[in-house]
Amino acid sequence: MTPRKQVHLAAHFPGVNNTTVWADPDSKSQIDFSSFAHLARTAERGLFDFFFLAEGLRLREHRDRIHDLDVVGRPDTFTVLNALAGVTEKLGLAGTINTTFNEPFELAKQFASLDHLSGGRAAWNAVTSSDAFTGENFRRGGYLEHSQRYQRAAEVVQATRALWDSWPDDALVVDRAAGVFAHDVPETQVRTSQFDITGRFVLPPSPQGYPVQLQAGDSDDGREFGAATADAIFTGHGTLEAGQRFYADLKGRLAKYGRTPDELKILPAATFVLGDTEADAHDRARHIRLQQVGPQTAIAFLEQVWGRDLSGYDPDGPLPEVEPADNVDITRGRVRHAKDPRAVAQAWRAKAEAENLTIRELIIEVTARQQFVGTPAQVAAQIDEHVQADAADGFILVPHLTPGGLDEFVDRVVPELQERGSFRTEYTGSTLRDHLGLRPPRTAHRSTAHEGARAS
Amino acid sequence: MADSTLFVAVELAGTGVHPASWRRADSRAEDLFTGGYWVDAVTTAEHAGVDAAFLPDSFALQPGGPGVTRGRLDAVAVAARVAAATHGIGLLPQAAVTHTEPFHLSKAIASLDFASLGRAGWEVTVSESTAAAKAFGRKDVQDPESLWHEADEAIEVVSRLWDSWEDDAEIRDVPTGRFIDRDKLHYIDFAGDNFSVKGPSITPRSPQGQPIVAVRATDPASTAVAVRRADLIRISAASPAAARARREDLRTALRAADRDPDTVRVLLDLDIHLADSVAAAATEVLELDQWAAPASAPRAGTAPLRHLGTTSGLWRLLDEIAADRIADGVVLRPLAAQPALARLAELGRNPLTASTFRHRLGLPRPLSRYATAPSN
Repeated sequence: MTPRKQVHLAAHFPGVNNTTVWADPDSKSQIDFSSFAHLARTAERGLFDFFFLAEGLRLREHRDRIHDLDVVGRPDTFTVLNALAGVTEKLGLAGTINTTFNEPFELAKQFASLDHLSGGRAAWNAVTSSDAFTGENFRRGGYLEHSQRYQRAAEVVQATRALWDSWPDDALVVDRAAGVFAHDVPETQVRTSQFDITGRFVLPPSPQGYPVQLQAGDSDDGREFGAATADAIFTGHGTLEAGQRFYADLKGRLAKYGRTPDELKILPAATFVLGDTEADAHDRARHIRLQQVGPQTAIAFLEQVWGRDLSGYDPDGPLPEVEPADNVDITRGRVRHAKDPRAVAQAWRAKAEAENLTIRELIIEVTARQQFVGTPAQVAAQIDEHVQADAADGFILVPHLTPGGLDEFVDRVVPELQERGSFRTEYTGSTLRDHLGLRPPRTAHRSTAHEGARAS
Repeated sequence: MADSTLFVAVELAGTGVHPASWRRADSRAEDLFTGGYWVDAVTTAEHAGVDAAFLPDSFALQPGGPGVTRGRLDAVAVAARVAAATHGIGLLPQAAVTHTEPFHLSKAIASLDFASLGRAGWEVTVSESTAAAKAFGRKDVQDPESLWHEADEAIEVVSRLWDSWEDDAEIRDVPTGRFIDRDKLHYIDFAGDNFSVKGPSITPRSPQGQPIVAVRATDPASTAVAVRRADLIRISAASPAAARARREDLRTALRAADRDPDTVRVLLDLDIHLADSVAAAATEVLELDQWAAPASAPRAGTAPLRHLGTTSGLWRLLDEIAADRIADGVVLRPLAAQPALARLAELGRNPLTASTFRHRLGLPRPLSRYATAPSN
């Protein structure tokens, strides 16, 4: 009998959004280090692959004012991940870091430091900035064109890899008798459309060589970039059918880059709600959704599409008759929902009418993401089914409570997955690459793609 | 110690300030890039009653060829890595502002303050070297006036961002559905010669409100910024008399800048090597020097005061520094880190008890400059 395909699990710290049910009496600080430590330790107790931290660089605004309904306020990604390295031993430490408002030499030093200090547990979700709005907090400003942002992202990755590769594997010697600490470190040059970097990198190769590369883009370009460079893809395609289509598409793109399907893990984000019975779980799920989408939040979501003040409308009443404004972006600092507001409004009205939904009920429906709801055995079965059916290699779980939202999952669902033979019963390696079943990257890269960057 | 108000910090530079310190058998050079090395070093200093640890940093690789220690971890990363393992010691990573965004630095140090429960500091530095400028490839190398003018603006940006959330901005008001009171969050709207930064920070106000700022006063440009902005001013002097004169000059400058000199500590660099006897210390330092020659070039600037000898000799020197008002504190810079750390406990300083770094320095927790009413 072939062994079962193994489920990979990661934990997303529920940060700044309306996932976190902050009004719950068990909701604690989203900023105190003890909250991060609790969630990370729980994930490690559950033998998860990694802990994932998102990033924000400007507070979100809605209708020209700082948005005040959702959880606001988060710490610096690198600082939290390095501090978590001190309270965990095996757990991978993944962070979103923007490529638009950071410089390659500094990023290379920061990620290499995290990888050294954590003993090989670093991962990088490289993203670009959404707009000039965020740029107002940085000296670079917001002048970078949309197309250039992706060009810059690719060049940042190229430059950081050239720097990580720049110390020969045997450069660090520490031979006291001979008096050789490290051989000469060659100068690295990276000349691209946006960078002209010449320098000697400041750290020897870190345990993983490069941090694990995560990627989240879903456009055709984004999928191609992911197939070429990512170790794991973070998606929203959580349902079985959509997941299978995405999974087949991404894995099908790997061959042209000389990669095999097991070199890229597909990890959709998913939430979960557990209950002692199926009915109990569904009741809890409904209650949580009502807390996540309160009356004011429902109106704010609607305003994002309508592009106008809808504060006079009753969240428990029907959708507005008034048409959306054209191209009015009233929410800044978060990806906009609708490219064509009128079409979205039309579709939402049709859905609300057909299913007899109020504004709030509709928003609860249309903003839902993949959710596993049921008893612990049922949730384990659902997750396992997705993985065995090649809809995913695992999931990045987004709990709805900070910091205790993962406790019940680890206590009750993980043992069920283990019983099914689909989940590890102990860590077999010490680096994140080990957990994900990825090869060490350095040798492969040193002999191929990145020679160009160094030699140019 | 006769005067327990003397502030004693240690600077942990790799295996030691001496570039050949890694060659000692006890150097732990193989572990230099691991978390364990740094946790052990900082916890040892903490247990010895040391008030704070300075963690040097630079974007340039150390010069000097294969015979010297090369490579360094990001200092803020090291401070964060040791935060959970320590409980009383102040953590002062160096971070240069020349090529780094103040917005990033602001949240990094504030987050260190959260992770350490109020023990974060920041030694502001600039990147003088051509090597660092070329490693970023974004702008040319700058002269000291330009570097420190930029640093002055960067500190202002960071400091405003630290204040940009009032302490009680988070309200979790269920009836209105509001998590925060947005009237207690503030745009900083800084526009200077080097930066324009909108704000507010994405990180709420940290335990100390304003983490501790340290600046090394080496030339007129850096001294001006130190006098205007620092809680801790680092100096180097060739003799105790020179240090005392320098401290008096700084206190005069602080008064002229409308600051109370008693709220700012002047810290004197003191290179140390500790052994069983003066002769043994001298022999060991000679060994380090012989290993280093001819690779290491003489350091620029004032050669710091040195104490090469016994721990009790160091104890007497610190007493003299306190009694004669030579400085408000010292930054001990071990030529070789491991033997010094092993002996620092012999100083017999009391364990740390203050809850925050500010508290330990006797400084009040400041109200946000944007606060309109006292916090509850």
